[in-house]
Amino acid sequence: MTLKLDQSWQAALDKLKTWARINSPWAIHFNSGSCNGCDIEILATLTPRYDVERLGIKLQGSPRHADVLICTGPVTRQARDRLVRIYEQMPEPKFVIAVGSCALSGGAFRGCYNILGGVDQVIPVDVYVPGCPPRPEAIIDGVVKLLAKLRGADPSDTPVVFDPDSAGEAAILAGEDPVEGPAHAQQEEEAIA
Amino acid sequence: MASEKFVIPIGPQHPALKEPGHFEFNVDGEIVTDASVRLGYVHRGIEKGAETRNFVQAEYLVERICGICSHVHATAFCLGVERLAGVEAPPRAQAIRQIVAELERIHSHLLWVGVAAHEAGFDTLFMYTWRDRETVMNLLEGITGNRVNYSANVLGGVKCDIGPEQAEAIQIGLNFLEERTRHYLEVVSSDAMFLRRTRGIGVMTREDAERMGVVGPTARASGVPRDVRIDAPYLLYAEHPVELVIEEAGDLEARFKVRVRELFESYRVIRELLTALPEGELTARIPRRIKPAETISRVEAPRGELFYFIKSNGTDSAERVKVRTPTLPNMASVLALSVGHQLADVPMILAGIDPCFSCNDRMAVVKRNGDEQVWTWEQLRQYGIEYYR
Ligand code: SF4
Repeated sequence: MTLKLDQSWQAALDKLKTWARINSPWAIHFNSGSCNGCDIEILATLTPRYDVERLGIKLQGSPRHADVLICTGPVTRQARDRLVRIYEQMPEPKFVIAVGSCALSGGAFRGCYNILGGVDQVIPVDVYVPGCPPRPEAIIDGVVKLLAKLRGADPSDTPVVFDPDSAGEAAILAGEDPVEGPAHAQQEEEAIA
Repeated sequence: MASEKFVIPIGPQHPALKEPGHFEFNVDGEIVTDASVRLGYVHRGIEKGAETRNFVQAEYLVERICGICSHVHATAFCLGVERLAGVEAPPRAQAIRQIVAELERIHSHLLWVGVAAHEAGFDTLFMYTWRDRETVMNLLEGITGNRVNYSANVLGGVKCDIGPEQAEAIQIGLNFLEERTRHYLEVVSSDAMFLRRTRGIGVMTREDAERMGVVGPTARASGVPRDVRIDAPYLLYAEHPVELVIEEAGDLEARFKVRVRELFESYRVIRELLTALPEGELTARIPRRIKPAETISRVEAPRGELFYFIKSNGTDSAERVKVRTPTLPNMASVLALSVGHQLADVPMILAGIDPCFSCNDRMAVVKRNGDEQVWTWEQLRQYGIEYYR
């Protein structure tokens, strides 16, 4: 039985749902044949330096709890059915982010016999994040673009906007490490130089 | 009674690992009585792919066998092709290769300590190690321009130089990491809660380790002195050797300790190389076509011995490239060690070998009716003789 609401209530409910979805997208990650490079960069986005959990993004273990499927790697013949099954197990509405050149087109593995090509050969993809592997910043940007799309904005003209009022994000903008503060970051900067 | 057997399937998508692998555990209550694994979800056909590309292109392809230890794959391949061509990389290039390889080992071991701690439910350690790992990622990015898949190697040498400022930056980074590593060593060998998950769990005796042919830190944690850097030095490991890090206990605690203690060796060797960096060219000229020959090349990847067989046929691409990665021999130990443990310990035992499926999935078997699936040693030997006749 579906709930019948009158229009204004329905609109309000939709708004609430979009709000909730944008504020806390839960993601699941599936590797359909990647070299691991993209996977560890996704993991890196969860750890202190990039820490996407502060944006409400959480990596989930089960497809049934997830809103966003983050795919890495080209799709191998073996993994194809699994990928489709996981996609089908996710509740509607669902979104797919393809991370890495491989997930986009097959990347370095194009032409190998066990490769079907990019993820979009098998399931629909909403956001493509190029790079081999993409930097964690790029992955975060991909998620932000997806959220902008959910909000109904044109994703192509929404730059990543951090809220500079929050201390951690201000620190990132200033090139500091939010965990250790300027001293540690400076040391690291020297390390980069 | 057979009907009471309870099978727990895990995977290929599962919360514990980031890569697909399918496991089946038979349990009796909480205790695992049998285990089997099905691999191959990330089999891409790289060996064949490497044969259809020329040597230069193939180098980029083999680098993408594994994103964690990409540099050692490329190094093994380059060393093999250089040997076929009769070219040797200049000393400075070899030193830089070794520095990057050791930096990669640092990043890989720190990554592993974090992931394994996460399996144990010790997320604090996971977050700390991954935060510190960013330091070494910065260093790698500073040298090569990329965080992962650095492409530092080219056939005949390296692409990137290490200047005085970079050397300085590496020293600073290593000082910081060394201090942190001391802390981690203390945590993994004294934290009471953590030790309950690691001490005496998944014990592999030296005999077992030798029988199953495990490699790398997994073997060294069981007292098997096996390290390609020492047994068959390549690059500059003969002039700037590492010391063998070995533990006798064979349990998970020992595997943690071996890997963490290896970090100190890496720090020491990198420092030594930086102070004695040979002057000279970065690359040697290498011919495009390589006369028919075959060679093997062995290097020590962070997870153990990595083996390449390369056969050239006079053209600019390889006739055959065969790769054996360290996870394959180690995987057998997981299945054997899980038996008799609680199901809850299995993720730790699996993580204990530092599995890397993308490295692993080299082969797909096409089943046809009547095909022999299990070969005896005698049959294999006969096959080898026939092949080379
Ligand atoms: S895009 Fe690059 S890093 Fe990512 S899975 Fe493919 S080869 Fe690996």
